[in-house]
Amino acid sequence: MSRSSWLERIWPLVPVVAALLFVVFLLLGFGAEPGTALSAIIDGAFGSTDKVLSVTAFWIPLLLASIGLMVTFTAGLWNIGIEGQLAMGAIGASAVALNVNAPPYILIPLEILAAMAAGALWAAIGGVLKTRGKVHEIFSGLALTNLAIILTNYLISGPWQPPEGGSFRGTAPFQDAALFPRLLESRFSPLTLILTLIALAVVAVMLSNTFWGLKLKALGKNPKSAFLLGVSSERETIYAMMFCGALAGLGGAVRVLSWFDSLRQSISGGIGFLALLVVMLAAYRLLWVPFIAFFFSAVLNGSITLQLRTQLHSSLGGILTGVLVLFVLLFGEYKKLGFRREPPETPAEVSHE
Amino acid sequence: MTSKKTWLILSLLMITALLLAACGTPAPAVEEPVAEEPAAEEPAAEEPAEEESMEEEMEEEEPMEEMAEGFTFGIVLVGPRNDRGWSQAHAEGAEYVAANMEGAEAIIFESLNPADKPEATLEGVVDEMVAQGAQMVITTSDEFEEDTVGVAEKYPDVTFISISGDDAWADGQDAGKAPANLGNIMGRMPDMKAIAGCAAALATENGNIGYLGPLINFETRRLAASAYLGAQYCYENYAGGDPAALQFTVTWIGFWFNIPGVTLDPTEVSNNFFDTGADVIMSGIDTTEGIDVAGQRFDAGEAVWSVPYDFEAACDSKPEICLGVPYFNWGPAYLDTAMEVAGGTWTQSWQWIPPYWPDLTDNSQTPVGWINGPALTAEMQANLDTFIAGLADGSINVWEGPIVLQDGTEYIAEGAAASESETWYLPQLLDGMDGPSE
Repeated sequence: MSRSSWLERIWPLVPVVAALLFVVFLLLGFGAEPGTALSAIIDGAFGSTDKVLSVTAFWIPLLLASIGLMVTFTAGLWNIGIEGQLAMGAIGASAVALNVNAPPYILIPLEILAAMAAGALWAAIGGVLKTRGKVHEIFSGLALTNLAIILTNYLISGPWQPPEGGSFRGTAPFQDAALFPRLLESRFSPLTLILTLIALAVVAVMLSNTFWGLKLKALGKNPKSAFLLGVSSERETIYAMMFCGALAGLGGAVRVLSWFDSLRQSISGGIGFLALLVVMLAAYRLLWVPFIAFFFSAVLNGSITLQLRTQLHSSLGGILTGVLVLFVLLFGEYKKLGFRREPPETPAEVSHE
Repeated sequence: MTSKKTWLILSLLMITALLLAACGTPAPAVEEPVAEEPAAEEPAAEEPAEEESMEEEMEEEEPMEEMAEGFTFGIVLVGPRNDRGWSQAHAEGAEYVAANMEGAEAIIFESLNPADKPEATLEGVVDEMVAQGAQMVITTSDEFEEDTVGVAEKYPDVTFISISGDDAWADGQDAGKAPANLGNIMGRMPDMKAIAGCAAALATENGNIGYLGPLINFETRRLAASAYLGAQYCYENYAGGDPAALQFTVTWIGFWFNIPGVTLDPTEVSNNFFDTGADVIMSGIDTTEGIDVAGQRFDAGEAVWSVPYDFEAACDSKPEICLGVPYFNWGPAYLDTAMEVAGGTWTQSWQWIPPYWPDLTDNSQTPVGWINGPALTAEMQANLDTFIAGLADGSINVWEGPIVLQDGTEYIAEGAAASESETWYLPQLLDGMDGPSE
């Protein structure tokens, strides 16, 4: 291994260490013991089976959204609207759960389909607005996210409010048959893990080994020449958005059918935005995404314990992950610093820069 | 393979984090139970065994340890602990216990709601509180009511208090839902709202009062109706007005506070009240828009008043127009409950605690309070005092029939008094109030 390649390998750790140091100084500034704080976070994330399952259960929708974002990022799209797509997926799944009576083996696939369709449709609106209306996906995404949240609030305080009257908390709990089967009374459903792994595999193969993946990459790198070479930027843009929306929608279904048992206000609560950070921190490499997403989930879950043990504000976990992303972006231009040998792009590695 | 190296880097990443955490810990400096450290540091192979031992030790050691050392309790807030409203009142209640009970220690968890903390659940928070030795956990929102039943079943040895709930009420609609270790506490706010309504009726010059409502449920209907009944009584008996001519409009904004784009904007609603002829705004929401807007109108030369809500010091933002404030004071009830739980004498109950009538501002006694506002004239004050005295000795009961619902059906017959459950589960607003009932 050459020296430069060793440096390149180790480089991603620099922003991580920098971020940790930053947080340590922050803690010292608050007069808190960094060791106690970090061990509280770790214990809060992995201290018991329940906790590990909770971290895993929160990880799943985050990972689904992140995998979806890999597709849109590859196509050069900033799918900020993913938060709304998650919420729409949750609404789609809830619509089925509340209105259809069927055994689980029919109900659950129906819910999944409805969630993915709802997410994909919501994303398609953003895609069409971009290609036909020349509205940048960031702006339409923010608007559509707000609309999805307003729609959620309308549904839970209006047509879908529980019989005892709206408390704005959410709908009444769904019928048992509608819920994903959960492990050990936790919020984690192994079924969702299987679906997520399938999604991961499909996207990995698609991005690296299919013609469509190649088209998306071309689109992402240079839409104009991609168009000249015969890639229909309009169609691929909309498809990429819909693909991402479908996965985010599935994430929304996981939120209502396994994390909760009903549609709640702020059902996504920022998971979509978190996924954007995950993908950026992973430097748009699909292989890293599951680990980074898991790390985020662990830190956030651990922060609950942190707040309870130290009475420090639990947004510290959010600060750590945010700072991490910030530092990665700051240090992220390492390729321009000249360490990088130029290897031929290995097909196994899905990279988008 | 590149993927192999990726794995390597990631494991390095995790190890660095773990090491940093471990190195920083000089010794179990704080009161944490001994068993907690190892599980965090050794991933993979040894985990199951470690966990078991940890759980065992926690089960065996902690309760004894805590019993000997003091009393730990947890309190879960739906909003930030410094919101100058509902959540702050609870946080201060918890601090009151910690200050007035020897060895008592409060674990406060704030902002448990899916918008602020999508990763947190009541169960997860309670797990942690119990692991830290909490013998009592107070959940302070309507939103937690259902989940509290779940955690109470999970931890039968811990006492749970669900604020504003009715699961433990034998005569309630959810009777039988609560396990034996779950109780409910609520302050009797309707009485204070009646006083607030009375103050509004005494001040109004054109007989037109606006009520800024949050969302619609049993509690908010009950409070708005109570305010109306108090206003009606005082308008007729002290101000000499025709109670049928008293205009009382309720506008529900849709939530406890303003969420742009989701709820109605309370500032706009307040302005609208004044524009359509009201000269007093009563607030039923968590935030201060009502008094803020009234203050601006006052500064512009209009004769208007306001009655804020929830927080003891709410008049401070515009004393000149403030008629008074009904507020919650959880400390005494929390302290009593904590003492009972610690002493082993607590039994399940649903408590709707009446105010301490001799002094509605005595925060060592009363669960709900009323503070007179600077805008009350001497005459208004005298009438209001008469009204409060009447409520206190029972000679006045605004919840006495005839009470007619908004749709015209008789709810409480002439001469009868509404029972607790009739007041609690008020199905509609009352005849004479303008505004939607559901």
